[in-house]
Amino acid sequence: MSLFMPREREPQTVAPNWQAHLAALAETAKDSHLRGFYAAGVPAADTPIRDVPMIALDVETTGLQVGTHSIVSLGLMPFDLNRIHCGQSKYWVVKPMSELSSESVAFHHITHSDIDNAPRLTHIFEELLDAMAGKIVVVHYRNIEREFLNHAVHVHLNEGLSFPVIDTMQLEAHLHGSQLKQSLWSKLLRRQPLSIRLADSRLRYNLPHYQAHHALTDAMATAELLQAQIATHFSPDTPLGDLWL
Amino acid sequence: MQIELIEIRDHLSRFPPFDGLPEDTLDEIAPQVEIKYFKAGTDILSYGAPIHDLHYVRSGAVEIYRRDGDLYNRLTEGDIFGQFGLLRNNKVRLPARAIEDSLIYFLPAALFHQLCDNHDSFADFVEAEGQSRLKSAVDSHGKASDLMKIKVRKLVSRMPVTVGPRATVQEAAQAMTQEGVSSVLIVDPDSSWPNPARVEPLDKPVASMIGIVTDRDFRTRVIAEGLPPETSVCDVMTAHPITVQSDDTVFEAMLQMLRNNIHHLPVLSRRRPIGMINLADIIRYESQSSLYLANSIYNRKSVAELQALVPDLRSTFLRMANEEASAHMIGSAMAGIGRGFTQRLLELGEEQFGPPPVPYSFMALGSMARDEQLIVTDQDNAMVLDDSFDAKLHDEYFLKLATFVSDGLAACGYSYCKGGIMATNTKWRQPLRVWKRYFNDWIDKPSAQTLLNACIFFDLDSVYGNADLVETLKELLADKASNSPLFLAALARNALNRTPPLGFFRTFVMETDGQQKHIINLKGRGTAPLTDLIRVHALACGATAQNSLERLDAIAATKLMPQEAINHLRYAFEFLSIVRIRHQALELEEGRVPNNYIEPEKISATDRHNLKEAFQVLSNAQKFLRFRYPAHPAGKSR
Repeated sequence: MSLFMPREREPQTVAPNWQAHLAALAETAKDSHLRGFYAAGVPAADTPIRDVPMIALDVETTGLQVGTHSIVSLGLMPFDLNRIHCGQSKYWVVKPMSELSSESVAFHHITHSDIDNAPRLTHIFEELLDAMAGKIVVVHYRNIEREFLNHAVHVHLNEGLSFPVIDTMQLEAHLHGSQLKQSLWSKLLRRQPLSIRLADSRLRYNLPHYQAHHALTDAMATAELLQAQIATHFSPDTPLGDLWL
Repeated sequence: MQIELIEIRDHLSRFPPFDGLPEDTLDEIAPQVEIKYFKAGTDILSYGAPIHDLHYVRSGAVEIYRRDGDLYNRLTEGDIFGQFGLLRNNKVRLPARAIEDSLIYFLPAALFHQLCDNHDSFADFVEAEGQSRLKSAVDSHGKASDLMKIKVRKLVSRMPVTVGPRATVQEAAQAMTQEGVSSVLIVDPDSSWPNPARVEPLDKPVASMIGIVTDRDFRTRVIAEGLPPETSVCDVMTAHPITVQSDDTVFEAMLQMLRNNIHHLPVLSRRRPIGMINLADIIRYESQSSLYLANSIYNRKSVAELQALVPDLRSTFLRMANEEASAHMIGSAMAGIGRGFTQRLLELGEEQFGPPPVPYSFMALGSMARDEQLIVTDQDNAMVLDDSFDAKLHDEYFLKLATFVSDGLAACGYSYCKGGIMATNTKWRQPLRVWKRYFNDWIDKPSAQTLLNACIFFDLDSVYGNADLVETLKELLADKASNSPLFLAALARNALNRTPPLGFFRTFVMETDGQQKHIINLKGRGTAPLTDLIRVHALACGATAQNSLERLDAIAATKLMPQEAINHLRYAFEFLSIVRIRHQALELEEGRVPNNYIEPEKISATDRHNLKEAFQVLSNAQKFLRFRYPAHPAGKSR
């Protein structure tokens, strides 16, 4: 039985068999880089998390709407439970398909002059997929990273990109499930709802404050957060299948 | 190389032994770091286990134990451990355990040995066996001279909060509230700076940070003025704020705050803002600092309240002298405090008599302008008024203001100038055009007699008001003097009037004071003629620097004198000044009125020997001065 037991179980679809799913995609994907990525596969669902090679991913975007907004930078930080490997980290600024707005500039400090000479996302796909191949991707709030990447691949290759993730925000939501749903009583007492944003989640584990909204810093922050979550709430023997989505 | 790993790099750069490493080396270290989180109570290193990394505490707390289990040391943010294992046989000698949730950085052994090989300071630090003891001794002592060594970046705790130029004051206030900071930087989003993602090469022109807004600005420039929340932040910011470089010392940052009466300083690494330090950061670091005193000056509401600070001024001077701060530090700090008194008195005066009818600058002269003030000092000041000044209409106001300041300074221990060089004297309270005429006359028609008194005006600096008025005079003097050989010759002769007390065979020639004791006047026959001599060379070089050490830097840049001669002068100046300071501190402590006279019999043999050396340097430099600026310059003798 998993240690990871949500307090209020949502009507849950059975976790997909990612190994089989990716193996099938390795046969059917049209693009050769995608086939290579899928062929590298993922560890089996019963692999203990201590043995799983992972890679934290963060993307910064021009806004929150998939389709309207696009990716401007990506950070990748490979790690496992024992070490975060800064030396193998990767960071790219890419030329977005949509315009930079002044709000997004203020948010992540990537400016017009930064992206003038930046490559298109297509040009770094091969390197990105190579870095991710064989590793479990770790993100904070999977809807951004997975959906933006999926959409970008769709636009460029006319086929999707599918991979399992561990979502540190989802873990935090489950761990503090009861405190997230505000009872009438809490509202009357004006209790602050618990925040599961990256910076606030890190505070609960006494992790230091970082400058937010830099893709590589956020990827590093996410990797540290997962190490802290596992060290605090899980055993290193927890099977991967209990954590991925 | 991944210089994007800025969080790691900047954190390392604030703590020893990394704080002494060059920027390039720090850039190379960050990408080699590995990280792991340790829950409170978990073991990090066990005795005898193999060790292949230097460990660095990024956050949390770690205890180090002896082999027998006794506590050896307790470490926190920025401390290192594991070095003894790496220096021996790669076996853990002292086990370690996290006592709080901790984030640990690992630096590979190869990198560790490479840093030891290439950087002596790094090697010395990690090899020091009693490091923890020494560190706590230094920490508890808080030596003033450490301020000269510690880099500003050590005080920086986080990246600065920034907004774009299109932000409103409300948005800026929201950003500050959300981040819990008391100031925000305004940066131009169309410049590639200050993108934390990269470090700009030095030679690439980039737009700079355009301004800063502080808590106080919201009060004085927004609320007090009744401006709406949608006002552009650019309308209320301080444009082009004064900054410090991360490599600057805490002392330099302190001086910037003292001189400019500002409480927030953006810290830059080259052009990239890496943080913000404020007055509280420095006071927290050094609770007795002269800044603390300077800050309290600005809260005083009357002359009597200012006067009450005089004992604090004395104790600051004593503390700095006893903690072996350099003469340069003490001179600058005392001048900064003197400026503080003057500025506050002018503010109080303007409150009492109303705003000035025409712009003006209150000008410091002599030692305050040179940042070389000590504890016993006269006030030497003047007023430069805007050319729209009309004596009939305006002079009554300025006389009242000058009298108020001069009396206030006298009450605070800055006695009246015996030569009458004070803004209360009509002659020294004049519009810019008259001041220009004074300076032109002194330079065009130099005579030994006029220069004797005028010399004091050749060290000048604005203390309050429109500084441009004084800057104009500084530039006029520097430009014109360097092209006037006759003036330089007259000034040089003047500088030779006072000679060091050296007789045959380098024995002291001593004066006798009223009580028939053999004495040496350290100022009159030491620091003062040395200052005079440096001033002549500096003006010959067209330098606008006022501080003697800065003037020496300017002279060095022109190759007028060999570097070695300049080093000798620098050493002599520092030594004579520090002996004078120590003497005054001793007099103060023994309840006497400090003076400049020492009795050579009462000082140590080493000091006596060094004094002779310093006077010899002065004597040689005077010979060179005589030769370099002859009374009948060749070019003028047709």
